[in-house]
Amino acid sequence: MSITYLEAIREAQAKLLRDDKRVFIYGQDVGGSFGGAFKATKGLAKEFPGRVLNTPISEDAMVGTAIGAALEGMRPIVEMQFADFSSIALNQILNNAGTHYWRTNIPVPITVRLPSGGTKGSGPFHSQSMESLYAHYPGLIVMTPATVEDAYTMLIDAVAIDDPVVYCEHKYLYYHLKADNLPNDRMAVGKARIARTGRDLTIVSYSAMLHESLSAAEEIAKEGFEIEVVDLRTVKPLDTATVLASVARTGRLLAVGESFPWGGVTAEVIARVSTEGFHLLDAAPARVNAKDTPIPYHPNLWSTHRPSAKLIATKARQLLRE
Amino acid sequence: MLTFVAGKAAGDGRLAACAPQISFGATRRLRITGVKRENFLRSRPDVGYNRPMLQTARPKKKSQPKAPVHEKYIEAFRWILLTRTFEEKLASMYRGGRITGGVYVGKGQEAVSVACGIFLQKGDIFAPLIRDQAGRSAFGEPLVDVARTYFGSRTGPMRGRDGNIHRGSPRDGQLAMISHLGAMVSVVVGSLMAKRGRGEKNFIGLTTIGEGGMQTGASHEGMNIAAVEHVPLVVVATNNHYAYSTPNDREFACANLVDRARGYGFEGYELDGTDLAQCLDVIGTAVKRARAGRPPQLVVASILRLAGHGEHDDFSYVTDDIRKEPFAIDCLQRADAFIKERELADAGTLQRWREEAAEEVENAFSAAQKEPVPTGEEEDWCAISTRDLVDAIE
Ligand SMILES: Cc1ncc(C[n+]2csc(CCOP(=O)(O)OP(=O)(O)O)c2C)c(N)n1
Ligand SMILES: [Mg+2]
Repeated sequence: MSITYLEAIREAQAKLLRDDKRVFIYGQDVGGSFGGAFKATKGLAKEFPGRVLNTPISEDAMVGTAIGAALEGMRPIVEMQFADFSSIALNQILNNAGTHYWRTNIPVPITVRLPSGGTKGSGPFHSQSMESLYAHYPGLIVMTPATVEDAYTMLIDAVAIDDPVVYCEHKYLYYHLKADNLPNDRMAVGKARIARTGRDLTIVSYSAMLHESLSAAEEIAKEGFEIEVVDLRTVKPLDTATVLASVARTGRLLAVGESFPWGGVTAEVIARVSTEGFHLLDAAPARVNAKDTPIPYHPNLWSTHRPSAKLIATKARQLLRE
Repeated sequence: MLTFVAGKAAGDGRLAACAPQISFGATRRLRITGVKRENFLRSRPDVGYNRPMLQTARPKKKSQPKAPVHEKYIEAFRWILLTRTFEEKLASMYRGGRITGGVYVGKGQEAVSVACGIFLQKGDIFAPLIRDQAGRSAFGEPLVDVARTYFGSRTGPMRGRDGNIHRGSPRDGQLAMISHLGAMVSVVVGSLMAKRGRGEKNFIGLTTIGEGGMQTGASHEGMNIAAVEHVPLVVVATNNHYAYSTPNDREFACANLVDRARGYGFEGYELDGTDLAQCLDVIGTAVKRARAGRPPQLVVASILRLAGHGEHDDFSYVTDDIRKEPFAIDCLQRADAFIKERELADAGTLQRWREEAAEEVENAFSAAQKEPVPTGEEEDWCAISTRDLVDAIE
């Protein structure tokens, strides 16, 4: 058996719907025989009648409705058609869901699924990575699974968590990534994973960029350097301890993310290591992000805009020389 | 007979042309005449507000036979009295520098608001907004919780973490509004869907909105999704003719806000918000219809805000002309006069009610004032309930 990242997301939702009657899925085109723009809910409407519901194109109201249902004991999963459109729902996610526990002592257990990140030809409005933006606001947990196993277990965890979770699933990984089986056990939420061990440099990454980072590490291994690669898994909470422990072993840090360069997860990783682990560093930390422009359409432009294994390797070599 | 049906001013071609759509029974007046809809504001941009849009249901003619008094009239009147007394005290405390942040009152809107709260039952969802003290009280919010929230008391429902009108008690069915207008509509929809999903019966949701808040995307999305989900929701929109300082003509360009009911798939009604009897009639009916499984209900009340947007605001932008409009009548004075005219209570009783209200207000403030306020050092600075997932940043 072989299962893709996308199928893992579908299977996780099937399991959630099966095991927990508080769960329902709410989103554009998720229902009927269609099963979502990416087919992440294919067949679920039929298997779970009345619990996989098409919505109008109203991102604000989709999340608002989920919040209301969550307050009444439900565990809604909202599917955004693309992460980019969650900008319409920012207010509900940040200001309503994100503030509710703090204000009233009552948490809002919603999961918002964001099909995120760039794919060829998708252009400025179907390619965004929004984890940095959501992580900036209090009151949210932000997941960025990079493997089939994590896609599966973390979605199940997301729904179990009493607080609002923004679950960033990467569209590039949907079909590219395969595993033999669904996992039987899971890693705790909030813990980063050492995806590759090394001793010369730490690359901290997550989501699709984990795989670019791993390729870069393989490339550089041929040159005799061993790079350690950390998969953050959740960007909020950020597992600073695992990152610091890795940097303690390697003395060098490169943070890699697909979102825009100003601020964000990579900046946060560097800030934390610099403030909490300055003495561990043998060289100034560096980072690789997408460019500070909207995401381009043409594949030639897009592959340059997005951090690639090649660019990461170049940066890593520079760092190793310092 | 219900008098609030859209297109009520039969002789008024302007309104009749734009309004009539939703009504029930014998009151139905579907008269779409060929009257040209003028919009003189377009040619006179200096006019302070858009007269053709005024949506006032005129007070009933004197010659009409006396309708029976609504069974909740007196109870509602007393909530209004309590609210007015409370908010006057609150405003005076604000002027005395004893309240941090803003104070927002519902002066002039209490009749609409009380009618929003008074028909709700346990199990219903109420999502009030800025000017809904009367409705909140009628729904069951203890006055002391209001005082606590304004003082930031640690014992209050918001524990100093949020203030003034941004409060609620979601476990009791009263949602805690966020500032962003329109955002609560869809939240109520979701709560109602969950209740329906659980098999609860006979519940409704009611949320309020100003005519300004009706222009947000969230409000449109929320109304639309409410109708799509066919939830038992009542939206009570109060057109108090201003959003902060902005008059109607810069807020919307439709002839009549109640027309939107049809657009959304709601049933819609207008009412004169200065008239408590009408508020109880119309909103009470809307609540009943929602409970009976009708489509979502939109009630548009016409009123003038008789205070500033907040107590910091002298509302000098409210023109003299508009202050003379029938919708500028104070609902409390009107109800007071009605009670005297109909001899529903004698002067002594009215006086006693006023004294009791004053005492209750006094008690609420003095109790809240004695309570501890939060401190930065002792605060639990944690925005999520899952403690082991708190992001530990130094
Ligand atoms: C989305 C949003 N934008 C701006 C504001 C700031 N604001 C608070 S109340 C208000 C006016 C609201 O007018 P209306 O909805 O008519 O209610 P009223 O104050 O007249 O009762 C404004 C602009 C807000 N709360 N929400
Ligand atoms: Mg207004």
